[in-house]
Amino acid sequence: MSAIDHSPAAIADAPAAPILLGPWALMWRKFKRHRIAYASLWLVGFIYVLALFGNFFAPQAHDETNRRGIFVPPQAIQFIHRAEDGSARLQLHVDALRMKVDQATMRRSYEAREGEIIPLGFFVKGHPYQLLGFIKADRHFFGPKNPDDVAYFLGSDRLGRDILSRIIIGTQISMSIGLVGVAVSLVIGVSLGGISGYYGGWIDNVIQRVIEFLRSIPTIPLWMGLAAAIPLGWPPLRTYFIVTLIVSMIGWTSLAREVRGKFLSLRNEDFITAARLDGLSDWEVIRKHMVPSFSSHIIASLTLAVPLMILAETSLSFLGIGLQPPIVSWGTLLKEAQNVRTIIEAPWLLIAPGTMIVIAVLALNFLGDGLRDAADPHAQ
Amino acid sequence: MAESILEVRDLRMHFPIGGGFFSKSHDVVKAVDNVSFDVKRGETFGIVGESGSGKTTLGRCIMRVLDPSAGSIRLYREGRAPDEITTADRRLLTEIWRDMRMVFQDPQSSLNPRLRVLELVGQCLRKSEGLSGQALSDRVGDLLEQVGLQREFLMRYPNAFSGGQRQRLGIARALATKPQLVIADEAVSALDVSIQAQTLNLMQDLQEAFDLTYIFIAHDLAVVEHICERIAVMYLGQIVELADRDTLFRDPKHPYTRALLSAVPIPDPRARKKAGKRKSLSDGAVAKTGCKFASRCPHATDLCRAETPPKRRLTGADVLCHYAGEV
Repeated sequence: MSAIDHSPAAIADAPAAPILLGPWALMWRKFKRHRIAYASLWLVGFIYVLALFGNFFAPQAHDETNRRGIFVPPQAIQFIHRAEDGSARLQLHVDALRMKVDQATMRRSYEAREGEIIPLGFFVKGHPYQLLGFIKADRHFFGPKNPDDVAYFLGSDRLGRDILSRIIIGTQISMSIGLVGVAVSLVIGVSLGGISGYYGGWIDNVIQRVIEFLRSIPTIPLWMGLAAAIPLGWPPLRTYFIVTLIVSMIGWTSLAREVRGKFLSLRNEDFITAARLDGLSDWEVIRKHMVPSFSSHIIASLTLAVPLMILAETSLSFLGIGLQPPIVSWGTLLKEAQNVRTIIEAPWLLIAPGTMIVIAVLALNFLGDGLRDAADPHAQ
Repeated sequence: MAESILEVRDLRMHFPIGGGFFSKSHDVVKAVDNVSFDVKRGETFGIVGESGSGKTTLGRCIMRVLDPSAGSIRLYREGRAPDEITTADRRLLTEIWRDMRMVFQDPQSSLNPRLRVLELVGQCLRKSEGLSGQALSDRVGDLLEQVGLQREFLMRYPNAFSGGQRQRLGIARALATKPQLVIADEAVSALDVSIQAQTLNLMQDLQEAFDLTYIFIAHDLAVVEHICERIAVMYLGQIVELADRDTLFRDPKHPYTRALLSAVPIPDPRARKKAGKRKSLSDGAVAKTGCKFASRCPHATDLCRAETPPKRRLTGADVLCHYAGEV
């Protein structure tokens, strides 16, 4: 019937492989071209693996105190060990330290003990823990070979606890609060935004005004007010969930707006009309046609919302109204570095968790940017 | 004369302008204003007009994608009692939508880019006949071949097709439920000329094969002349002239139709000179009373500006003009 479609040229023009690439495959292809975002994906993945197997990666127990290791500065890992007889061999180690107290200023300082080292190794035996909460184990990825030794790669705090281990354990709370918060925002945002956009009329009006109201409240005082209402006697887990809810109080509003906008624009698309004319019910139209066409945008904006949640938790905990010790999160770690004296004496208390937060937030932002660009069919 | 398949009577579609949470709307746009016509079984009925004349709105009212403000639309299906579309409930509509299908203007936006051809063309079959699996892909494969595509395209996404092929997919989807009436809303306007001809020929072939009735909405007179048997000319929501093709093109009676016909470009430059200079239509505000075309009509008189013209039946044509056939 048509000369064009059956001509050999037309068939030759359409090679077999790329034809089956669906929208998701195309998106992935575009995403991979975004180098920084692709690297960030690996980094974010790595951070979540770190959180998942925190106990395995942490060289020390995060809550183990040490009277002889207070405010130890970060220790450098050395590769070559020179024995007293002058022979050198390859041995990962840190220097063994001796604490000296200056009686006049009451300041501690540490110096290397001559000839003594703490050898380090991979997959060493250490303090016992439960992997993923139920597998008993005592192997650690990296640490001192002798379980009785301690090495502070990122320094120690005022109770002699290892900062590196605390940061790794804090990853669990800080990174998961972002995810849980975003999940809560997702549920509230998509359902309210969907109702708003699909039905329109007065429901739309009410929901939009509520969103405007919530967004007009300054966030920090709002959070403080809500956080102050958390009873101090509550178990840490419950506090954690309440803090998550507080953090996502604002997060859902922008998502709801985005979803509403998508519904409004999609409602008038020809393919939605066509689907209705094909006899699909409203719910089927939403599920099969509307949600898939904006799910990539949702994923991108959710990824961009995670770092905001992390920062919100950090600021709340830093102010002392979010999570409370003994819960370890990046925010509570930063709280340790609140006074100037500590910062002068032990800057690593500020620098180490701070760097970790910056890395995580940047990686998530780049990842979200890359996803958004890949999801946008008009972007180059 | 053949029996009617569709009867439209006094159809109006008025959209309110303005208005919001606190204020009532103060004016309306009469996108479709008092339109009546019949479509005979087996014919191709054309609706032409410039953009903004309400032809797409009219098509969407007939499909009940839009709820008309007033009037009646009756669908006469073979071997069934007539159905009133304007008051049909969702269940009846779902059933009507199987016998009355639509081909959309833009094949780009009317095919969901996230679904495969199998699902795009087959989802109506899945709903109406409960087909799935192999039976569904067989049926969709047959349909693809009927519209001149290959069976192998079943698992492709729309982005793998050219514009002409996509419109074929749109046609295949419209034909999937074996409809009696197909409304083609600017079905070929988005295609380039050579593909337009192919698509039009395909539609004519399918009309014979499936016993279809077409309502063909277009702004291109050449296309309409090629395919339609009777043609309605719309201007600002009204049908100003309704006639069969030959009468309309040989002897247009309404000044607007005449202006439209003289605006068709003539490919031969020598013939163009003979046609002479045309008086251009001045664009003016639409008066509240009288003939809507009066402000642009070269023959308008005080009568035109004062009184709304009645529908006048002349030989082979219904015309909405005081001086139809005289000027």
